[in-house]
Amino acid sequence: MEIKRIGRAGTVESNDINIVIEPSDKEDIEIELQSAVIKQFGEHIKALIIEILRSKGIKSAYVKAVDKGAIDCVIKARTLTALYRAAESEEYEWEV
Amino acid sequence: MIKNGVGREIPEHLEHIGNLIPYESPFSIIPEGNKAGRKLKRQLPHKSKLVSSIKEAVRACGLKDGMTISFHHHLRNGDYIVNMVIDTIASLGIKDIKLAPSSLNPCHAPLIEHIKNGVVTSIETSGIREPLGTAISQGILPKPLIIRSHGGRARAIETGELKIDVAFLGVPCCDEYGNANGFYGKSAFGSLGYGLVDAKYADKVVLITDNLVDYPCLPASINQTQVDFVVKVDSIGDPKGIVSGAIRFTKNPRDILIAENAVKAIEASGYFKNGFSYQTGAAGASLAVTQFLREKMIKQNIKGSFALGGITSQIVQLLEEGLFGGIFDTQCFDLDAVRSIGENPKHFEIDAATYASPFNAGCIANYLDILMLGALEIDTDFNVNVISGSDGIISQAAGGHPDAAAGAKMSVILAPLIRARIPIIVDRVTTVVTPGETVDVIVTDYGIAVNPRRQDLIERFKDARLNLYTIEELKEIAEKITGKPDKIDFTDRIIGVVQYRDGSVIDVLREVKDI
Amino acid sequence: MVRLRRTMMYVPGNNPANIMGAHLYGADSIMFDLEDSVSIKEKDSARFLVHNALKTLDFGNTETVVRINGLDTPFGREDLEAIVRARPDVIRIPKTEKAQDVLEVESIISEIEEKAGIEVGTTKLMAAIESPLGVINAFEIAKSSKRLIGIALGAEDFVTSMKTERSKDGLELLVARSQVLMAARAANIYALDTVFSDINDDEGFIKEVKLIKQLGFDGKSVIHPRQVTLVHQVYTPTKKEIDYSIRVLNAIDEAEKRSSGVIALDGKMIDAPIVERAYRVLELAKASGVYKGDY
Repeated sequence: MEIKRIGRAGTVESNDINIVIEPSDKEDIEIELQSAVIKQFGEHIKALIIEILRSKGIKSAYVKAVDKGAIDCVIKARTLTALYRAAESEEYEWEV
Repeated sequence: MIKNGVGREIPEHLEHIGNLIPYESPFSIIPEGNKAGRKLKRQLPHKSKLVSSIKEAVRACGLKDGMTISFHHHLRNGDYIVNMVIDTIASLGIKDIKLAPSSLNPCHAPLIEHIKNGVVTSIETSGIREPLGTAISQGILPKPLIIRSHGGRARAIETGELKIDVAFLGVPCCDEYGNANGFYGKSAFGSLGYGLVDAKYADKVVLITDNLVDYPCLPASINQTQVDFVVKVDSIGDPKGIVSGAIRFTKNPRDILIAENAVKAIEASGYFKNGFSYQTGAAGASLAVTQFLREKMIKQNIKGSFALGGITSQIVQLLEEGLFGGIFDTQCFDLDAVRSIGENPKHFEIDAATYASPFNAGCIANYLDILMLGALEIDTDFNVNVISGSDGIISQAAGGHPDAAAGAKMSVILAPLIRARIPIIVDRVTTVVTPGETVDVIVTDYGIAVNPRRQDLIERFKDARLNLYTIEELKEIAEKITGKPDKIDFTDRIIGVVQYRDGSVIDVLREVKDI
Repeated sequence: MVRLRRTMMYVPGNNPANIMGAHLYGADSIMFDLEDSVSIKEKDSARFLVHNALKTLDFGNTETVVRINGLDTPFGREDLEAIVRARPDVIRIPKTEKAQDVLEVESIISEIEEKAGIEVGTTKLMAAIESPLGVINAFEIAKSSKRLIGIALGAEDFVTSMKTERSKDGLELLVARSQVLMAARAANIYALDTVFSDINDDEGFIKEVKLIKQLGFDGKSVIHPRQVTLVHQVYTPTKKEIDYSIRVLNAIDEAEKRSSGVIALDGKMIDAPIVERAYRVLELAKASGVYKGDY
């Protein structure tokens, strides 16, 4: 997938995460994370977001995430929503 | 280092504190000797105790470098007293003060500067909130912090372990000769429970009031024989921070769910019968428990004997409806409680020693049946942390938690299984405040776990078909949802100790790495 | 064991805090909503969220239901693609007016199940009837598909179409309720009543639940955890009902032991409907925690 514009998803309510994906000049995925649980889960959250984006073929992006204690399935849902919005794509790939 | 009774490594000696006694078990220490006493003094007839300012009072008390001063926390987050007194002390160039308030609140943030400037070098208290908590967790305090429970603090004062040179006590109703209570006036906060011990044992006692009334101020919770000086100021606290209006019944479905589960456990426990006694807190779920319990009491025609602890309008209602015979009150949480303690003789003010000290002929916590408590973390040995967050930062208070848990027939922890993304049940709590041996039941939104020491309760709960799990099972349920949190990094530097109520050391506090 | 559907609790599909632990409040079914509680702009994010939550979280024995957007909207088809693969127990179709509405959904689901390697027929269906035409076609809808486990009345749109509004005694819904219920019974599937939207009016709510229980509904759609408890209280059998049901089933056991064909209790014949009712009473009693025996 290709990031064409800024894509946002999620909220800053508790148990949610707000994800903003932007195009980037750098050849890397850069993540700026704010989290209520950064010490306990910060590294994990960043790795998860990168893994999700890479699995969709993203090599370069700037991601801003504000986390309010979201669990993995929420982070995954919000990241994918933001990505599809950023890529202006509706070619979803649902898996069982 | 010695491994104590909850498996924590405790140093044998700590600079500025001395030799440490490792915690062994809840009732292993038997006290010896006599109570401490303050200096004898005399007052010549018809001599006024009124001084013109806090500065005058500080001077008149002869406060010097290295002394210990104390405060109560009844003005809670509205308190002006601590900041006014410490600012004054700083302006007089006095340094190296040991601060021993019954607790500290967010409004005490200015202490950070006074610690950095060397005015305050040591703190002994039951609780510390942000932002001071983060600063202390970063290690700004030169001498180790001591955390004591309410009962433990009363014990330390009565045994002389905590020797107070001057107590500065804010009072909302006071006469010029030092009779005072907490019931009336624009800054009324109700029970003076935590300040009463200081008034009895400090070498010098200064009352600070914004409501000087004609002699005699009655009832006199603090009386004139205990008081050296009285200062009138414009205001002792911000009413908005002192007490709330009636604390309302929660509408949060998760709190209600936890409360419903707790009430089922109470009903099944065998302790819910005529004459039972009860203590709870002011958090959402515990308020809801009281509400549901009231309905059960009315329906099943059960009358309790007494309610204990911090008091809310819910508890006052139970007294006024005749559902409890009396209230023992160390702290009022809302305006209804303040009103009630000022007008109802069955709503009775008690000091912290009567409430919870382990070393007297029997504190009221000893007589408690059913107890609701909160927790930041619980480990699989049922040890509870109520002082430091899972991020390692000191941000809460021991309060009466370990005291009431030791006394109650059934201590119940109410907590959501997951808070933000943090599982409440862990392998090892960041800091042990209350030993698992005194914790009987954990009630969460996902189900209930009972301490295996309480096979009797397990049997009863099984018969009642409650949603029972082992604590390990609850931990697994939580971790399956959240994942396992990374461990917090601490340095080797010990920044404080947590005393058990008997004065032994149940855990140490360490400096947090990279806050 | 018969599945009880006393309560089907709405959970807004775009709210992680509500989705986590939605099963803890004791509802027999939880219904993640992609339709009315999700704004047009967030349809994609709710779909992703419910899809991932269903695949990851354990909701215990609670029945999981997802209300999709109608196939007449731009979202319905994609909802099915996402949700069928996430394997909920039931998909709820909104605003069903005729059998064809169900059949269209069914054929798409079958297609997706086949593509995704899910046994065809696994995904159950529930149809919400929310219009006068739907009520008139209720029986046709109720018997349209083997996947259908129940039909539900949705009254908010219905009363507007009928040029009236909801009232406390529910007179305006009497025919619709009766017809939906009768269609469900004739097709041998479940019937669920509409929501009651004032969560602070316990008295009015309980009155309505008693009414629909008396009519014969299996349960009610609810919008708040506190309503779950209240519905279950109303559906809890009385001690008298439980005792009688136990005696009925004891009498049957006795008769079987004696190989006797005719069964009587208190001088009255016990026939199949009485036995069926006795089983249902005890099933409800067990679910409500007031009966702990073995029947």
